Amino acid sequence: MEALKVEDLWFRYEGGEWVLKGISMKVSMGEDLAIVGANGAGKTTLIKHFNGLLKPMKGRVLVLGKDTRKHSVAELSKIVGIVFQNPLHMFFSNTVWEEIAFSLRNFNFPEEVIEKRVRKTLSILGLEGMEDRSPFTLSGGEMRRLALACVLVYDPDIIIMDEPTVGQDPLQKEILAEIIKMLKLQGKTIIVISHDVDFISENFSRIVVMSKGQILADGKTDEIMYDTKILREANLVEPIIAKIMIEIERRFGRVGGRPLRTFDAIRVIRSLVRPVGGE
Amino acid sequence: MLAIKTENLSFTYAGSRVPALRNISIEIKEGEFVLIIGPTGCGKSTLVRTFNGLIPHFYRGEMEGRVIVYGVDTRESKVSDLSRYIGMVFQDPENQLVTLTVEQEVAFGPENLGLSKGDIKRRVEYSLRTMKIEHLKFRVPFELSSGEQQKVAVASILSMYPRVLILDEPTAHMDPLSAYEFIQSLKTLNDEGKTIVIVEHRIDFIAPFATKVIVMNNGEVVDEGEPREVFSRGIIERIGLMPPRASIIFKALLKNSAWNKIPLSIEELLDTLSELISY
Repeated sequence: MEALKVEDLWFRYEGGEWVLKGISMKVSMGEDLAIVGANGAGKTTLIKHFNGLLKPMKGRVLVLGKDTRKHSVAELSKIVGIVFQNPLHMFFSNTVWEEIAFSLRNFNFPEEVIEKRVRKTLSILGLEGMEDRSPFTLSGGEMRRLALACVLVYDPDIIIMDEPTVGQDPLQKEILAEIIKMLKLQGKTIIVISHDVDFISENFSRIVVMSKGQILADGKTDEIMYDTKILREANLVEPIIAKIMIEIERRFGRVGGRPLRTFDAIRVIRSLVRPVGGE
Repeated sequence: MLAIKTENLSFTYAGSRVPALRNISIEIKEGEFVLIIGPTGCGKSTLVRTFNGLIPHFYRGEMEGRVIVYGVDTRESKVSDLSRYIGMVFQDPENQLVTLTVEQEVAFGPENLGLSKGDIKRRVEYSLRTMKIEHLKFRVPFELSSGEQQKVAVASILSMYPRVLILDEPTAHMDPLSAYEFIQSLKTLNDEGKTIVIVEHRIDFIAPFATKVIVMNNGEVVDEGEPREVFSRGIIERIGLMPPRASIIFKALLKNSAWNKIPLSIEELLDTLSELISY
């Protein structure tokens, strides 16, 4: 069964233009994909359909086979956890612990299960020792991890993150990449919206490119990230590594493969270079 | 000529026990393009807030040492006087935009200086032209894309004719193409003689334009110098940051190369490779 199935989805906000114009896509269980596109392409509007926050005006969205128009947000939220871009907008508890425990209490989990799960989630996201602090006193990076904790704690099958790397330094991005790797190993379906082409090209295997409410391209990461024409249409540039490899090919004519990571690029370039000394 | 100088500068925010800045002594010369990097929470934003007097005049806390802007001690000067020298652009342009059209926005500063109509008009035209946004003159700032908004924010600072432009993660919310174009426009300003000080994580984009890099960690300046020097020393890797990918690839291929040969941009990397790759 597909994790998500979107069939000819049309949507507009009241009194506005069409924001989504006939989106169709399928996401298999355990897949990881990134949705990219210029500001205003409709990415956030699309993911709000995945837990029923928005309902299609035409077409339909199926979450594990469930039609989002026939199920409540509360029900769908157990399957789909969304981490929105600005964590400040979602916190309301007095302590980090209560913030994380909130959804479990809502789902009526017994107290000992709550205790166990909150503790485990704190440790996975490196938030131990902060359980008694107010969410609003955390640093930007910690707030983002707390927002992710609030979703991971109830163990949804599908995890969606909106611009998770904005304002994050390289070390924090590395931590996020590790968490994503772990979630993949657990068989979770992971979807991110991101402008950070360097981050997603290293961590996601499929890319969906959106432009003006439609899907412009949908394919493997190396195919999309080396396709200058499509990237430009979506107001994106190639990841630095792809850019370097494309330039090398243009100048020297031959490059084996389409590396996405710095390490792989070095391997490919080394094979082109004739043996040289140290300097 | 020295634009900004700090002498044994330390600062601790009111209510915090940990100093945000520790004993910082740096010099920024007129005409330089300075890139400030460091992990989240290292004090980058705090440091640049001392350059226009926001610290200590607006943020409460304990400041030691001195900040000298064009020969004037910021402690003995008003923020409004300092704004003649220093213009500041923040991460989120929306917080900086206040009026109904782009033209009014850019005219706002000069109007408050009590300049003549003709002078204001000249300044507005200069600023719009420099940021290449003349076509947005009559648009509503809030309806623009975030890249356009940030250009408007810069134009509205430029119209004050500051000698130094300080930008704190200005591209954080931009899509990659907008960010790339925005940084190009900063390069143009620098070529015209404007001093640029920028806090940014997008090292790959900016490094080729920077004349100086300042590296911060835990409130201290841990390294500074010409970009090639700093990116060859290996200090930034130890605090979890990455040099430009062009530098990483080069260092992997040629381990013992002299620091002044390290490429900062893709073009420079390719020039090096053309000596190595056999046809």
